[in-house]
Amino acid sequence: MATDVAAIDRVNGFWRRAGRYTILAIIAAVILFPIYTTLVAAFKPGSIALRHPLLPESPTFSVIKEAWTGGHLGKYMLNSAIVCLIVVVAQIITSVLSAYAFAFLQFPGRMIVFSIFLATLLVPAEAIYVTNFRTIQSLNWIDSFRALTIPFLATAFGTFLLRQVFLQIPKELHEAAEMDGIGHWGFMKEVAVPLVRPSLGALGLFCFLGTWNQYLWPVLVTKTNDYRTVQSGLKVLASSRLDSPNLVMAGTVIAAVPIFAVLIVFQRQLIRGLTAGAVKG
Amino acid sequence: MNSRKRRDLGTAAMMLLPSLAILSAFVLYPLGRAVWMGQQRCNAVTKVCRSSGWGQYLDVLQSSQFQNALVVTVKFVLLTVPVGLFLGVVLAVLADKAIRGIGFFRTVFTSTIATSVAVASLMWLFLLQPSIGVLTNVPFLVKLFPVIKNPGLLQDSGTALSAAAASSVWANLGFTFVLVTAGLQSIPRDLYESAFVDGAGGFRRFTNVTLPLLSPVLLFSSVVLTSRAFQAYGEFDLLTGGGPKPQFSTTTVTYLAYGTGTSIGGDDGLKSTIAILLFVILLILSAAQFRGFGKRVEYGN
Repeated sequence: MATDVAAIDRVNGFWRRAGRYTILAIIAAVILFPIYTTLVAAFKPGSIALRHPLLPESPTFSVIKEAWTGGHLGKYMLNSAIVCLIVVVAQIITSVLSAYAFAFLQFPGRMIVFSIFLATLLVPAEAIYVTNFRTIQSLNWIDSFRALTIPFLATAFGTFLLRQVFLQIPKELHEAAEMDGIGHWGFMKEVAVPLVRPSLGALGLFCFLGTWNQYLWPVLVTKTNDYRTVQSGLKVLASSRLDSPNLVMAGTVIAAVPIFAVLIVFQRQLIRGLTAGAVKG
Repeated sequence: MNSRKRRDLGTAAMMLLPSLAILSAFVLYPLGRAVWMGQQRCNAVTKVCRSSGWGQYLDVLQSSQFQNALVVTVKFVLLTVPVGLFLGVVLAVLADKAIRGIGFFRTVFTSTIATSVAVASLMWLFLLQPSIGVLTNVPFLVKLFPVIKNPGLLQDSGTALSAAAASSVWANLGFTFVLVTAGLQSIPRDLYESAFVDGAGGFRRFTNVTLPLLSPVLLFSSVVLTSRAFQAYGEFDLLTGGGPKPQFSTTTVTYLAYGTGTSIGGDDGLKSTIAILLFVILLILSAAQFRGFGKRVEYGN
C-alpha cells in the first residue's frame, strides 16, 4: 500500500517537474529569441545576411570587425568609457562629501539644504533637458565631453545612499575620533570611507550602468563621432546603415557586451542594490 | 552646541559645495528656467524667446496635440506596466523553486536587465521591420498576420504602439523579475508552512500569503515602471519616430517634447511647457500611487 502511494507520488512528481521544466523552457526561449536572432545576424557574412534569419550560417567575425572600425563602434566605446570613468569617479567623491556633511556635521540650515537635495530627486531628467540644452549651448559645450559629464558630476541619489550607511557607523567611533583630534577630514578618510567601501562599489556600479545606458541626452548634445557615446552612436549607425542590418546588429552586440560582462561579474551586488529600495530589511 | 554648529559650518560648506553647485546649475536652475520658458514662444532658428503669457500652460494642456500625446502615453503605460508586473510575478514564482538547472533559467530571466533602450529597441527593430526583419521572413506567420509584412507592425497605426510596448516590456522584464524574486525570498517560509497546516492549497497560499506580502515590491515596481513608461523616449525614436502619421500613434508626451518631426517643431518655449506638464503629471501620479496603493500595502513587521 505504502509503496503504491510512493509510486503515485513519484509519477505525479515526475509530471509536475516535467511540466515546470517545459514552461520554463518555453518562456526562456521566448525571452532569448530577440537576442538569438541578433547574434545570428551579427555573425553572418553580409552577402547572405537576409537568408534564413533563424539559422546561423558560415559564422564570421568580419561583420563585428566592420562595425568596430567602419561603424565607429570602437570610437564610441572609448568615448563612453571616458564619460563613464569621469562621471563615476566624480559622483563617488561628491556623494561622499555631501553625505558626510549630512550625516556627521551640525550646521544651521541643515534641514533646508537636505530638503533641497530631496527635491531634486523628484525632477525627471526629461523635464529639464530642454533648458539644460540651452545652458550647454550658451556655454559652447555642444559636442564635447563637458556636455556629457559636467551635468552629472553629482546626484542626490548618491548622497542619500551614502548618508544612510554613514548613519549606521557607531557614534562612539566618531566620538573617539574627536577625542583623538583627527578632525572631520581625517575621520572621513581614515574611518568613514573605508567602512562604507561596499556601498561605494554599489554606487559606482549604478552610476556606470546609468551613464553607459543614457540615451536622450547624448543624442541631444553630440553631433560628431568624436564625442558620440555608444547609445547615440547606435542611433546613427541604425539610421545610416539600415541597408546592412547585420552590421547594425553587430553594433548592437558590441554595445551590449560590456553591460552583460558587468552583469555577470557583479550580479550579486547589482541585485542587492536594486532591491534595497523595494524590500524592507 | 552653538559654537560647534558654527565651527562645523565652514567644513559643511566645503563638503556640500560641489554637489550643491552641480545640482543648482543642472537641476534647480533648469527647472526654474523651464517653468519660466513655459510661458514663452521661441523661434526655432534664432532661439529668441518672447513672452506669450501664463495661459500657455492651459492652452497646451487643452491642445489636441498634447491630449493625443497624453492618451498615447496612458495607453503605453497600460500596455506595459500591468503586463510587465504580471509576467515578472509569473517568472519569479516559476523560478522560485530549488530544482536542478534553475540557475540557468534565473540568468536568462534576468538577462534583459543588461540591455539599454537602444540595444533592446534595435533588436526588436530587426525582429519587426517589414522588409528586412526576422518575422517577415517566416512565411506561416506572415500568412497568419499579413500586417507583419504590409505595412509592418511598427508601421500600422493599429499595432505600432503595442509593438513598441512589447519591446519595452521585454527590456524591463529582467528588472521586474529581480525585484519580485527578492520579494519572494524575503517572505518567511514558516508562513507557508502554517498556511499548509491550516489546509490552504497552492492557489490559496499564493493569494493569501504571497501576494499580500509582495505588495511593497509590487508597489515599488509599478511606480518605477510607470515613471519609466512616461519618460520612455528611445523606443519611439528608434522604432517608430512617433508615427505612423498622421495619427501620431506613438507620439507620447516625452516624444512630443523631444522627438524630431513633431507638431511643435523646434520651439523651446512649447517644449518647456510640455516638460513642466510632464513633471507635474508624474508628481501627481506617484503621490496617488503611494496613497491609493499604500493603504493596502502590507509591510509586515
